[in-house]
Amino acid sequence: MRIPCPLCGTRDRREFWYRGAAVDLERPAPDAGVEAWDDFVYLRENPAGPTRELWYHEGGCGAWLVVERDTVTHEIGRVALASEERS
Amino acid sequence: MVELVARTPCAGLLPLRVGAVLLDEVAPGALTSVSPYKGQAEALSKVLQAAHGMGFPAPSRATGDRQARAIWFGHGQAMLVGPAPDPALADHAALTDQSDAWAAVRLHGPGAEDVLARLVPVDLRAGSFPEGHSMRSLLFHMTASITRIEDGAFLILAFRSMAATLVHDLQTAMEAVAARG
Repeated sequence: MRIPCPLCGTRDRREFWYRGAAVDLERPAPDAGVEAWDDFVYLRENPAGPTRELWYHEGGCGAWLVVERDTVTHEIGRVALASEERS
Repeated sequence: MVELVARTPCAGLLPLRVGAVLLDEVAPGALTSVSPYKGQAEALSKVLQAAHGMGFPAPSRATGDRQARAIWFGHGQAMLVGPAPDPALADHAALTDQSDAWAAVRLHGPGAEDVLARLVPVDLRAGSFPEGHSMRSLLFHMTASITRIEDGAFLILAFRSMAATLVHDLQTAMEAVAARG
């Protein structure tokens, strides 16, 4: 599997560390309530198909990436810097 | 008073020649990581140009020459190699002195690309990685910065604490390449 890093170009999977679903980009407000925080911390979708995930390019540029990946085909879709997705 | 003697990271390990490939230690001078503040990249590049003669490098590139280099070192970061940083840089970027924290070696000679092909999961042949290109990737099991500098040589930077591993991994690959004739 290869991931096209926006800074480094297409790189081997071994350079990347997997964080999980890209929920960290939409962190609830501190006073959002128990339900929102329970959902944010514990509850995850487990789709067969397209997912939006966070990967860390630890063996390369050190950037956090938002990666769209299909869990059925392992096809990689859009990849963007997490710092730019957030702002 | 104890007399302390400075030792380079690869002291006693280099230089090394295996077949036609050579591996030397480089004395890089001062090393300073330069991380531009938000929105300051352009202003920083101008100051860098005025003070040290080269602009801030684009991703996967290096600017400058033997006297002073700016090597792209990751997301929003470059390593200034050679001169002590001009104080004016601090107006636009976070500067961190990293002198003596990195082992710097130069790999060159015919077959140097074949040696790196055994260790690095990126195509470093001249066609796709000419002079002035630089990258962060893995060198066998550790992260490294590799730059194509003058005369087709590779400048490799790795953590000083991993200097012996760096030399060992490169030597093993050099011997394997030489054994193929």
